[in-house]
Amino acid sequence: MAVFFILILYHSLPLFRCNIGMKRNFGDRQYIIIIIFALTGLIFLVRLFWLQVIDDRYILSAESNVLQKNIIYPNRGLIYDRNGILMVYDEAAYDLMVVPGQVKEIDTAAFCSLLNITDSVFRVKMNKARKYSWYKPSLFLAQIGKEEFGFIEEKMYKYPGFFVQSRSLRKYPLPVAAHTLGYIGEVNNSDIEKDNYYRSGDYIGKSGLEKFYEKQLRGRKGLEVVMVDVHNREQGSYRGGRYDSVPVPGKSLYLSIDATLQAYGELLMQNKIGSIVAIEPKTGEVLCFVTSPTYDPNLLVGRIRGSNYKSLTEDSLKPLLNRAIMGNYPPGSTFKMVNALVGLQEGVLHEYTSYSCYGPASSPIRCTHDHISPLELQEAIEQSCNPYFWNVYRSMISNPTYGSTKEAYKVWRNHVMSLGFGAKFSTDIPFELSGNIPSAEYYDKVYYEGHWNALTIRSLAIGQGEILVTPLQLANLAVVIANKGYYYPPHLVESLGTKNNYIEAYNTRINSTIDSSHFNVVQEAMLEVFEGDHGTARWSKLPGVKICGKTGTVQNPHGEDHSMFIAFAPKENPKIAMSVIVENSGYGSTWAAPIASLMIEKYLNDTISRPMIENRILNGNLITKE
Amino acid sequence: MRERKSILQNLDWTTILLYFLLVIIGWINIHAAVYSEAHSSLFDFSHNSGKQLIWIGTSILIAAVILIIDAKFFSAFAYPIYILIIMLLMGVLIGGKEIAGSKSWFQIGSFSLQPAEFAKFATALALARFLSKIDINFRDWSTRILAAFIIFIPAGLILLQHDTGSALVFSALVLVLFREGLSGKLLWLGLFVAFLFIIALLFNKFIIIGVLAAIAVLAIVLNKYFRKRWLIITGIFLLASGYVYSVDYAFENILEDHQRKRINVLLGIETDIHGAGYNVHQSKIAIGSGGITGKGFLNGTQTKFNFVPEQSTDFIFCTIGEEWGFIGSLVLILLFIGLLTRIVFIAERQRSKFSRIYGYGVASIIFFHFAVNIGMTIGLFPVIGIPLPFISYGGSSLWGFTILLFIFLKQDSVRLELL
Repeated sequence: MAVFFILILYHSLPLFRCNIGMKRNFGDRQYIIIIIFALTGLIFLVRLFWLQVIDDRYILSAESNVLQKNIIYPNRGLIYDRNGILMVYDEAAYDLMVVPGQVKEIDTAAFCSLLNITDSVFRVKMNKARKYSWYKPSLFLAQIGKEEFGFIEEKMYKYPGFFVQSRSLRKYPLPVAAHTLGYIGEVNNSDIEKDNYYRSGDYIGKSGLEKFYEKQLRGRKGLEVVMVDVHNREQGSYRGGRYDSVPVPGKSLYLSIDATLQAYGELLMQNKIGSIVAIEPKTGEVLCFVTSPTYDPNLLVGRIRGSNYKSLTEDSLKPLLNRAIMGNYPPGSTFKMVNALVGLQEGVLHEYTSYSCYGPASSPIRCTHDHISPLELQEAIEQSCNPYFWNVYRSMISNPTYGSTKEAYKVWRNHVMSLGFGAKFSTDIPFELSGNIPSAEYYDKVYYEGHWNALTIRSLAIGQGEILVTPLQLANLAVVIANKGYYYPPHLVESLGTKNNYIEAYNTRINSTIDSSHFNVVQEAMLEVFEGDHGTARWSKLPGVKICGKTGTVQNPHGEDHSMFIAFAPKENPKIAMSVIVENSGYGSTWAAPIASLMIEKYLNDTISRPMIENRILNGNLITKE
Repeated sequence: MRERKSILQNLDWTTILLYFLLVIIGWINIHAAVYSEAHSSLFDFSHNSGKQLIWIGTSILIAAVILIIDAKFFSAFAYPIYILIIMLLMGVLIGGKEIAGSKSWFQIGSFSLQPAEFAKFATALALARFLSKIDINFRDWSTRILAAFIIFIPAGLILLQHDTGSALVFSALVLVLFREGLSGKLLWLGLFVAFLFIIALLFNKFIIIGVLAAIAVLAIVLNKYFRKRWLIITGIFLLASGYVYSVDYAFENILEDHQRKRINVLLGIETDIHGAGYNVHQSKIAIGSGGITGKGFLNGTQTKFNFVPEQSTDFIFCTIGEEWGFIGSLVLILLFIGLLTRIVFIAERQRSKFSRIYGYGVASIIFFHFAVNIGMTIGLFPVIGIPLPFISYGGSSLWGFTILLFIFLKQDSVRLELL
């Protein structure tokens, strides 16, 4: 253009000058030529000034060309049980990456069979990678296991453009406590929006402890800024590693779970639907958290996760449901202790208060048990006498000293909730349900204010009706009784990072509204359940250990009754308290009580002295699949 | 002894200084372009920087030989040298080796030679010899045709080798003809044709023809001079219209695919930064990221890590732009403009017409290389693979330019003895 311009100037002055002089020297043309040279140089300088000084896009482009930020993934925290047994660790896994620009002619068929993918999958993945970038690596195949990787690695040299990046997979040496531990999975968009720590493709705890302790377990990613050449080969760190950071490994979790007990509980519960929750009374530490049916946590890891997850969600027995916290049951007869304790505390009941029972002829609640009449509190608990507790309940709710039914009910409810019912414990147990202790306002709404009384809500006397509790809350009731009046919020993690770094918040003792003196009679009664001649769990007693327990049979409108049991042992200085629920199994004494007894023996003695009972439980199959 | 001393005294040391500055800048930047931690020596002969040192050494030797040879030799043997080179160019078509799509190399052992680089000075010599005839007159058609032949024969042969870039260099000799009296109108015409070509690619053909028609009509109506020559104007208009109309055909069928793409990229019709536009895009990134002062010697990342292709040969300017920034680029451009101006100045002081014409040949060839090479790296010109004189890596190229320049310096050193 410059030359063009000059020529226009030159010719516009002496138009068609060449026609005039025949023998010109043309020496003046040297200046035109020099001007052409100089103008070219000037144009270049203007252009260079623009490129180099004014326009700064190119500096950014140069950085994105050369700088590659490599994220170094830290090891996720390990998870140990209360005795230091490793329950979860990271195993090396490999992501197959591809740089499309470097992929040469390869034998696609052989490659696909090596990776065990179809030709169309290969093409889809390649197109996706190409769309992202020709020169930057894309994820081609995620989470190849160690053994599979061995085969692939040998042949990698045949496939330029593909390389392997190491990641890690969760591994569960003991395939137990799947629901408690939870699982990790790739982050979704909302995870990324909530916390900018995550990048697409990262992993995050999706459930259980993996979710609750995500921030502690994940550690901190490291960053390595390296320079790469045009083929994406690393050429060393950028500015001597000034922008690099070292990954910080995740903190280990030390659980209160006893892995051995957990495994034994899962074994006992095989082919049954239900749950076992055991808690150490002195600390609130959950010793086992069994829900059944369960699944092997290793199934929800790596590439097999998708298909396994799908089949688990489609299972009619709902193995993904954690019944220990998400099962809402009426407490049944186990609730009789609660009514007894509230009655004792309020002074409407004494150890020697006696009521008559007319068996099946009793009104308004029948008695299903065959026992002497009249009877006192201890016998009533031991024999699980329904009419006795109806009388106790009525003497409280209908007591004129409270002013009204509603006020009496409010006092009753307050005592019940102080035992840990009707609300979440809000510790590290995820997806907890709060159960239900209906409020007085609820009954006002249903029956209209002033139109309900003890008779209206009589089911509460024997733990039926609107009242709902979770197995965890039931286990906690056993804890309160074992401790004679207090509990620590049940929790799963003892300490974080190191073995003795206890979590303070969980060491706060919570006192119930019941005085400790009222617990003696209840404990004695529960001991008689095992030791007494008519005790409902006498067939499950463990020689040498004083176990206190209470059966419950929960009416189930949908089918066979649920078998329920709460227990703690030993009576003096209790070490374990628990609840057992076996759905659709009939009386509490048939299944739930022996299971509790075996669990206590396993935990306290570490051996099983009653193989007959154990075999019966192990062989019991209570599942009839539709 | 007396004569040798006079040669040294009469040499134009300014030009020689500029020559050495450029050669050394080239050598250092070739080193930077191929530098890696593992090969950090400037004298590593397995690398381009070390090899370039050999080429520099041999170039100095060749320069010395040229300075010793009698100045009259070059004018006397201009035609034989020209014919010899023409034969080599033919020979390479038959027995040459193909490198990167161009069959333009002779392979002698591990050493390859590109006759096209030597055709430049030979053609400049022959042209100077022809135009220095006493009775030359550019109004004669025979003069024009013969001059054109001298230029087009080697250019055509090089074109046959698929080395389009080197062939185009010969068009620069038009500047020599211009200096010696070729009508400016021809240059005008050439530029008009090129202008129409670009316009025709960018805009609708019918709009262009409409605008041309309007200009022609206006010229005839408004200007008395043009009105008298309305037939010529109409003829020019018809020719131009036909040309515009046929540009697409020529573009699609005569140019090769990669050439077409490079032109499209330059004109912004195509923006394929991974394909045809990759070189220029990366080259602009490298130069643009240099900033005012550059990233510093050996600290360039774009060229060193091979984002820019051909970084020690055709795209050597990227290294300079990246590592030395705008200041470095400014210095280099000023050195080139200084050298070119100096050559023109020296050419004009020659008493011998042969020396003067040859001098313009030297200037125009170096200028063409300079303009096209830097123009392409900063996206002002389509990518044409020709080296940056004295800077780019390559033996043939450095030898060729050294011979080209030093024959002229030899002529200049004896300018008082020549007529």
